[in-house]
Amino acid sequence: MNTSNGRRQFIKAAGAAGLLSAGAGLPTLALAQTAKLKVGLMLPFTGTYASLGVAIANGFKLVVQEQGGKLAGRELEYITMDDESEPSKGADRANQLVNRDKVDLIVGTVHSGVQMGIVKIARESGVLNIIPNAGVEAATTQLCAPNIFRTSFANGQPAFPMGKHVADKGHKNVVTVAWKYGAGEESVAGFKDSYLKAGGKVSKELWVPFPNVEFQSILTEIASLKPDAVFVFFAGAGAAKFLKDYQAAGLKGKIPLYGTGFLTDGILESVGNAAEGIETTLHYGDGLNAPRNKAFQLAYAKTFKLQPDVYAVQGYDAGLLLLAGLKAVNGDMNRKKEMYAAMERAEIDSPRGKWKMSKGHNPVQDMFLRKVVGTENRVTGTVIKALDYPPAAACKMPV
Amino acid sequence: MAARQGRLGSQVDIPSFFIQILNSIQYGLLLFLCASGLTLVFGIMGVINLAHGSLYMIGAYLAFSLSEHLGSLWLALPVGVVLAVVFGAVLEWLLIERLYKREHLHQVLLTYGLILVFEELRSVIWGDDVHGVSMPPLLAASIALTDTLSYPVYRLWMSGVCLVLALLMAWVLLRTRLGMIIRAGSVNSEMVQSLGINIGVIHRIVFAAGVGLAAFAGMLAAPVSSVFPGMGNQVLIICFVVVVIGGIGSLKGALVGAILIGVVDTFGKVLTLEIAGVKILPELAGMSIYLLMAVILIWRPEGIFGKVRS
Amino acid sequence: MNAQLSGMERPGRSGLAPAASAALLVILVVAMAVLPLTPLGADKFTIQLLTRIMIMAILAMSLDLAMGVCGLVSFGHAAFFGLAGYVLALVAPQGEAAGFWTSIAMAMAATAVLALVMGALVLRTTGVYFIMVTLALAQMLYFLFHDTKLAGGSDGIYIYVRPDATLFGFRPFDLDNVQHLYYVVLVALSLSYLLLRRVLSSLFGKVMSGIRINESRMQSLGYATFRYKLVCFMLSGTFAGLAGYFAAVQFGVVNPDMLGWHLSGSAMMMVILGGMGTLWGAVIGAAAMILAEMGFQALPAVTINGSEFNLGKHWQLWMGSFIVLVALYLPQGLGGALSALWRALFARKAAPRP
Repeated sequence: MNTSNGRRQFIKAAGAAGLLSAGAGLPTLALAQTAKLKVGLMLPFTGTYASLGVAIANGFKLVVQEQGGKLAGRELEYITMDDESEPSKGADRANQLVNRDKVDLIVGTVHSGVQMGIVKIARESGVLNIIPNAGVEAATTQLCAPNIFRTSFANGQPAFPMGKHVADKGHKNVVTVAWKYGAGEESVAGFKDSYLKAGGKVSKELWVPFPNVEFQSILTEIASLKPDAVFVFFAGAGAAKFLKDYQAAGLKGKIPLYGTGFLTDGILESVGNAAEGIETTLHYGDGLNAPRNKAFQLAYAKTFKLQPDVYAVQGYDAGLLLLAGLKAVNGDMNRKKEMYAAMERAEIDSPRGKWKMSKGHNPVQDMFLRKVVGTENRVTGTVIKALDYPPAAACKMPV
Repeated sequence: MAARQGRLGSQVDIPSFFIQILNSIQYGLLLFLCASGLTLVFGIMGVINLAHGSLYMIGAYLAFSLSEHLGSLWLALPVGVVLAVVFGAVLEWLLIERLYKREHLHQVLLTYGLILVFEELRSVIWGDDVHGVSMPPLLAASIALTDTLSYPVYRLWMSGVCLVLALLMAWVLLRTRLGMIIRAGSVNSEMVQSLGINIGVIHRIVFAAGVGLAAFAGMLAAPVSSVFPGMGNQVLIICFVVVVIGGIGSLKGALVGAILIGVVDTFGKVLTLEIAGVKILPELAGMSIYLLMAVILIWRPEGIFGKVRS
Repeated sequence: MNAQLSGMERPGRSGLAPAASAALLVILVVAMAVLPLTPLGADKFTIQLLTRIMIMAILAMSLDLAMGVCGLVSFGHAAFFGLAGYVLALVAPQGEAAGFWTSIAMAMAATAVLALVMGALVLRTTGVYFIMVTLALAQMLYFLFHDTKLAGGSDGIYIYVRPDATLFGFRPFDLDNVQHLYYVVLVALSLSYLLLRRVLSSLFGKVMSGIRINESRMQSLGYATFRYKLVCFMLSGTFAGLAGYFAAVQFGVVNPDMLGWHLSGSAMMMVILGGMGTLWGAVIGAAAMILAEMGFQALPAVTINGSEFNLGKHWQLWMGSFIVLVALYLPQGLGGALSALWRALFARKAAPRP
C-alpha cells in the first residue's frame, strides 16, 4: 500500500468514515506505548466448537485480570471475531481483523482449516498470531514464521507418547480408528511413529468420514479383527458417541481403548461410565498437583463460574506468552524482533507445568498419562518429558 | 460393485457379515424415521423444509431437558412429541402457510433462515456443550452376538419403534379417511376443497406431523448419539439423499433409500478396495452415499419409487 | 432492448426504463472505478471488502444465469468455484508465480469441462431431483479433495505467490497490489455482466427463457432443449470458476470448504435474496449478504435485567430473522424491492401504459 500519510490523516479528520472503515484509527509511533493494545480474538463462538472458543477467550482474559487489567502497562481492547469453524471464511475474517480493525495481534483459533487462513494472513501482514488450539502441524513446521506461536500442541504431539505407552503395555497388534481429516491423520501418524519404532504392528487403519458419527460398522470390524488394543482419535460429540457405542458393543473391557486426551476431555459428564478407566495422553489433566494449577483452577472458577479445561489452559498460556513478550519491550509492540526473541526464550509458568517454545514455536512440553476416574481425567504419570514433536527440524524459520 | 462384492468374502467372515447387515438395517431405519417427515411434507404439501434437521436437533435437546426434569425418557418421549407437534402447527400457521402459493425457492430461503434462527436459539437456551441422555434402565443391556461383540438392546428397540411407526404411517395414509383426504389433497387440492374439506387444516396437520416425526427421531437417537450443536445439519443432507433416492413423497421409497444408504455407509467404512494401486476404500468412504445417489438418479431420474411428474 | 426482453420474459421484474437502467449501471461502474481515489477508498480494507463482494457477485450472477434465466436450480455451484481455486493452486509451481493469463484460462477451461460433464449427467433430472444431484456431485468433489492428499487434504493448500500478469514482456497490473486486484475484478465483473446480458438478449437467451417457462412447448417448436440447457449450465459453471479463481488469488488459500454445500447454499441465498433473473439482483444479493453478516457481527452486548446478552455473538439469530423476513415480505428479493421503489419515485407519471 502506498497511500500517503496525508490522506490517512484526512480520514481521521473526517472521523466517521462509515461502517466500512470503522476502527481505522492508526496508532502512530508516539502513541504506541499508551494506546490500547488491540487483541483480535478470532475463535469459534457459534457452532460445534463454540464452547472451546469461550474457554480459550476466558483463559486469555484471566491473565489480563490477574495483571490488574493491563499487560506490561498496556490496556487491552478485544475485538472478537466469530470464525464459525468455517475454513472457507478463515482468511477473509483474519484479514478483517488485520486490515479493518488494525489489531496488534490475533489470538486464534480452534479449527485447523481456519487456522491455515489465519497463518496465511499473518505471514503476509506480519501481525503476531498466537494459536491457542489448532494443531495443524504445518503451522510450526513447513509454514513456521517468526510471528506465529502456538501455546497448545501439534496434532501428532499428544498421540506420539501414546504409541510408546501402548507398546510398553505389551500390546503387539493395534487397530487405529480416526476421522478422515487433517487432525485425525496427523494424530494416527504421531501414534504410529513411536509405536512402530517400538516394534508394534498396526493391523488395520479404519477411517470414518468427518464428521460422521455412525460407528456401528467400525465396532463390528474391530470385534472381528480382535486386536490387542485400539487407538482412536475423536473429539467432542464424536468422542462421546464413540465411547458410548464402544461400551454398548461390549468391547470395553475386552479390547482396551487408548487415545489422545481429546477422546475424554469435556465430555465425561455426558457419557456416564462409558469412559471409566480409559487411558489417554495429553499435556494437561486433572489433579496436576502443582500449586500453580490449583491457583489457576480456583481463580478461573471464581471469575467465570465454570471449571477450566485444557482449552482454558491453552488460552491462559496464550495470555502468559503475550505478557512475557510485552514485558521485554515495555509494551512497545513496534520492537517486534526483541519481543519475539523474548517470547522464544520465555519459560511459560503454565498450569500444566513449565514449558518453552521449540524452534518452530510449538510448546516443548511434558506429556501426561491420564486415566478416567469418575468425571476426572486423573494424571497418573508422565510418559515423555519435554516432548518436541513433530521435530522442529522440519521448520526452516524465515529471517 | 462387482469388484467390491468379489472381495467381500475374503475380507469379512460370515458372522461379521451378517452383523454388518444388521448394522446397515438398524442405521437405515433411524434414517428412515428422520426422512419420513421430510418426504411427507415434500410430497403432500410440496414444501421443501431445510429446517427439518434443526427440528431433529430440537427434538434431541428436548429429550435431554425433559428426561432431566421428568426423570425418565419414557415420560420425555410423549411430552416432547406433543410439544413438537404444537410447535410445528404454530410454525405452519405463522410462516409456512404464507408460502404455499409461492415458488419453491422462497420456501428454501425461509427455511434456510430458520436453520440459523433455531441453531442460535439452541445456543441461547441450552448453551454449546455436549450433553448425554441416559437410556431407560430397561433397555440399557446388551445381547452377546459373538465372543467379542454384543448388540445394545436400545438399538434393537429403536429399530422396532421405527418399523412400527413406518407401518402406522402407511396405515394412516392408505387405510384411513384422513389419509385418503391427504392423498387426494396432494394430487388436487382444489378438488378436495370443493368437497367441503378445509385443505388448510390438512396442511397444518401434515406439517405438524412432519415436525413431530423429526423431533421424535431426534429424541429417539439422543441416548445413542449424544446431544450437540450442529447435529441437525449433519442429518439434514443425509435425509435429503434418502428422500431423493427413494422418490419424493414415497414412504416406501424413503424406507428403501434409507436402508440402501445404511448398507453403503456401513460397508464403505470397513471394506478395502484398491484399483490399480490407488486406495479407494475406506479412504473415499465419504463419497460413497453421494455416488450411490448420483448413480440411482442417472438410472432413474425420479428416484426408485418416484412418480414421473408432468 | 433489455426492457423489451425482460418485459417479454418476466413482466415487472426489472421495471426500469432501458435508458435509465443503462445510465444507472454506467454511473455505478464509474463510481466504483473512482472509489479507490477517494478518501473512503484509501482504506485498504474497504478495497478488499469491495473486491470480495464483487467476487461473490460474479459467483451469484453465474448462478442466477442458471437459476433465474435457465431454470436450473443448482445446489452445487461451489464445485466450480472451488475447482478453479484448486486448479490455480495445482498449476502454480512451488514457490513461484503462475502465469495469470494461462492459469485463469486453465481454471476456466477446467470448470467448463466439469460443468459439461456434470451437466450431461444432471440435466436428465428436473425439479428437486436436479437440486439434489447437483449437490451430490459437488459433495463427491468435496470429499475427493478433503479425504485425499491430492492438494493438502482437509487443511487446504496455499498459493504462495500470486499469479504474474506479464504478457509479452509487459506487466499491465500487479495482483499483489490490492487496488490492482480491485480493478481487475471490477473489470471481470463488468465484462461478465455485459456478456451475460448480451447472451440474454440473443436468440439463445430467448429460447432459454422459453424453456424455463414451458419446456415441452419449446421442444415441440423443434428446439433441442437439452443442448440449450447444457450450454447454459456450462456457461454458468465457467463464470462460477472465474469467481473462484479470483477468490483463490485474493487471499491465497484454497480449502475443500470452497467446494462445500455451505457455499453453494450461500450463493443460492444471495441470488434469491437479491431477486432472480435480473443478474444485477444477484450483485445486490451478494453485497447484502456479506454486509449484513458483518453488520450483525458488530452488534454490541446489551444488559437486560442485569444479565449481559451479547447481540454480536448471536449474530446468526439476526441474520436468520433477516432472511425469514425477506422471504415473507420481499418476494422479488431486495432487487425487486429496489425496482418497486424506483418506480414509485420516478415512474408514477408515466404509469398508465397500455
